[in-house]
Amino acid sequence: MPDANNAFVKFSDIQKTYDGETLVVKNLNLDIARGEFLTMLGPSGSGKTTTLMMLAGFEMPTQGSIFLGARSIDNVPPHKRDIGMVFQNYALFPHMTVEENLAFPLKVRRLGRADVESRIKRALDMVQLGAHGKRRPSQLSGGQQQRVALARALVFDPKLVLMDEPLGALDKQLREQMQLEIKHIHEDLGVTLVYVTHDQSEALTMSDRIAVFNDGVIQQLAAPSELYERPQNAFVAQFIGENNRLEGKVVAMNGAICEVEVPGAGNVRATTVNVAGVGRSAVLSLRPERVKLSPAPGSLPNVFGAQIAEVIYLGDHVRARISVCDQNDFVIKLPNSDGVVQLEPGAAITVGWKTEDCRAFDAS
Amino acid sequence: MVTMAVQVAGNAEVHIPLRINLQRVEARRKLRAFALAVPLLLFILITFIFPIARMMFDAVHDNTLLKLMPQTAAALSAWDGKDLPSEGAYAALAADLKHAWAQKTAGAIGKRINFELPGAASQVASSSREANALSTGPYKAALIEINPLWAQPEVWAVLKRGGSSYTPSYLLRSVDYQYGPDSQIVALPTDSAIFRDVFLRTFGISIGVTAITLLLGFPLAYLLATLPSRVSNLLMMLVVLPFWTSLLVRTTAWVVLLQSNGVVNDVLMTLHIISQPAELIFNRVGTIVAMTHIQLPLTLLPIYSVMKTISPNYVRAARSLGAGPFYGFWKVYFPQTIPGIAAGCLLTFILCLGYYLTPALVGGPSDQMIAYFIARYTNEELNWGMASALGAILLTATLLLYYVYNKLVGVDQLKMG
Repeated sequence: MPDANNAFVKFSDIQKTYDGETLVVKNLNLDIARGEFLTMLGPSGSGKTTTLMMLAGFEMPTQGSIFLGARSIDNVPPHKRDIGMVFQNYALFPHMTVEENLAFPLKVRRLGRADVESRIKRALDMVQLGAHGKRRPSQLSGGQQQRVALARALVFDPKLVLMDEPLGALDKQLREQMQLEIKHIHEDLGVTLVYVTHDQSEALTMSDRIAVFNDGVIQQLAAPSELYERPQNAFVAQFIGENNRLEGKVVAMNGAICEVEVPGAGNVRATTVNVAGVGRSAVLSLRPERVKLSPAPGSLPNVFGAQIAEVIYLGDHVRARISVCDQNDFVIKLPNSDGVVQLEPGAAITVGWKTEDCRAFDAS
Repeated sequence: MVTMAVQVAGNAEVHIPLRINLQRVEARRKLRAFALAVPLLLFILITFIFPIARMMFDAVHDNTLLKLMPQTAAALSAWDGKDLPSEGAYAALAADLKHAWAQKTAGAIGKRINFELPGAASQVASSSREANALSTGPYKAALIEINPLWAQPEVWAVLKRGGSSYTPSYLLRSVDYQYGPDSQIVALPTDSAIFRDVFLRTFGISIGVTAITLLLGFPLAYLLATLPSRVSNLLMMLVVLPFWTSLLVRTTAWVVLLQSNGVVNDVLMTLHIISQPAELIFNRVGTIVAMTHIQLPLTLLPIYSVMKTISPNYVRAARSLGAGPFYGFWKVYFPQTIPGIAAGCLLTFILCLGYYLTPALVGGPSDQMIAYFIARYTNEELNWGMASALGAILLTATLLLYYVYNKLVGVDQLKMG
């Protein structure tokens, strides 16, 4: 996968500020391998789109260099970078037909007419819009426009394709369908793809690696499963997936395991990720689906008494909000399978979890 | 009780009252909506549609002679127009002239005949006075004796045409034609043929001003649409500020600036660009400069508002697809501004066609546009037929151009913002 010495795209000590006071992107270093699907994920204002725009050439880094292949592209204007891009609202040219839109990058490159036609046909077939070439973008549905934008970004065979929240305007079902299609196109064509989104399920579905942005800094860069299973800090744990948060003070550290005293509950044994040391406050992160209901005594290191506050039936699973460790918004998730216990609001229960499912981060 | 009875009566009947009910509700709703629009409709009808219709009508309608000389008109209905009419027609003429003298309408008759037969007005007036003294016939010799005018077949042709309430004379004159002696249509002599030139000049100046406002306005609109809003708001103030000043003030300001010892000439002479004052005002230059100044915001604003709606992502997309800055602008941005350009140019062009005040104040005699002549016929010569005919031709030509324009650009493409 990523090879630091042979990175296809390399961000080197990039900083970006618009007003000269606050940094939108702080000291970014990122290598993207050839053929990789990398997603930049983060809340709005986290610097992910700015990073993408710098790569596309529409924004200039205030400091640092970006390399594409082996050469620096700091002084290469956007139209000479040969990077395909899909924009948030597609930016299909409204006064041109679908075919003219697709022909645009080819005509700029002065390709022969027969070549242009065959490439347009191939690109339209790829996105299953072969019959819509003569239409205007306004005559297409949102999903079809999205496909045209995708085809246009790929028709001139760029080695790198950027996508800026391309599925944001679609409804949920179409979005999920397009996610898979984009993923398959990426696999088939072998292009390098940099994708920006704020939707974590989108990022988890498609990416080889995800760079989680917050506050202008990459919080964690890892494969989806790694990101979900082993978040490296409290922000990533909170941002990716659902998460229960317990705050306390570290009372003991023993290698990979630490004990955190949570007020009103006692000591919780957790996996150490980045706690500062004994006596410092820490945040414990625990996935709702990793909490066991009524564990056998002694089977789990962390077992606590709790009270059910609310039960929400969601078909495939049941969510319950419970009071545990002095916390009222602790959520557990139970699959709706055979032998599931009837949950009644107000009932007293016990819950428990494994040490490795509970991760301790520095609170600051 | 009643509703219960209907429901009990059967399901099939329930549908009909429902539909009628819906119609009633819809009708009430439509009536209310229409009532809200009635004042405006009436206003437009009274102040706009009716005067225009009246003007179009006046362009071809004139019953002066029919009304004031009814006996002559009746007597001439059988006249073949070849030789002088018979004694009966002269008797009728004498009776009408006497009546006109008594009713003091000889002036109006004279003016109407004078329009087609220049110089006839005073002769009609004197004939009328002298015909009053005639008591018995034969009238033919007597009238010719009073004034040789009545021996001219042309005047009889005018009188015969006056027997109809409708006349194309005004429209013909508006395009430099008139009736010849034998009632055939001939071109006006070149020294009095002016209107074709005036129409061409009107369209020429309008096209020129429209083109200049577009050339000046397009880059400015682009600047306004792309600058940060703080700066562009300030610039926009400067653009629309003259808009809030009276047209008269803006026009006369140009007199101050452009006159021989005005600001512009002084500066040019101080810089030794010219050695003696340039003629900048009371000619075509002044007219076009002042009109361009007044029309610039009207061309600019529709373009600006269309540009505002064009996302910067289009040009970015073009750039990312490999287009250089100019190619991207020309192939992707510019075509999207065409609806605004079309709207702005149409607005300016049509407004220019009707310019009166500005050419009158800063133009020379050869820069007067059609509105000037319409005003002259309306206010000074009191020849409303002529004013209406010129107006009708201007309106028709404008609608014709609009039609062509619509075929070329498509009015559904227009965007005022």
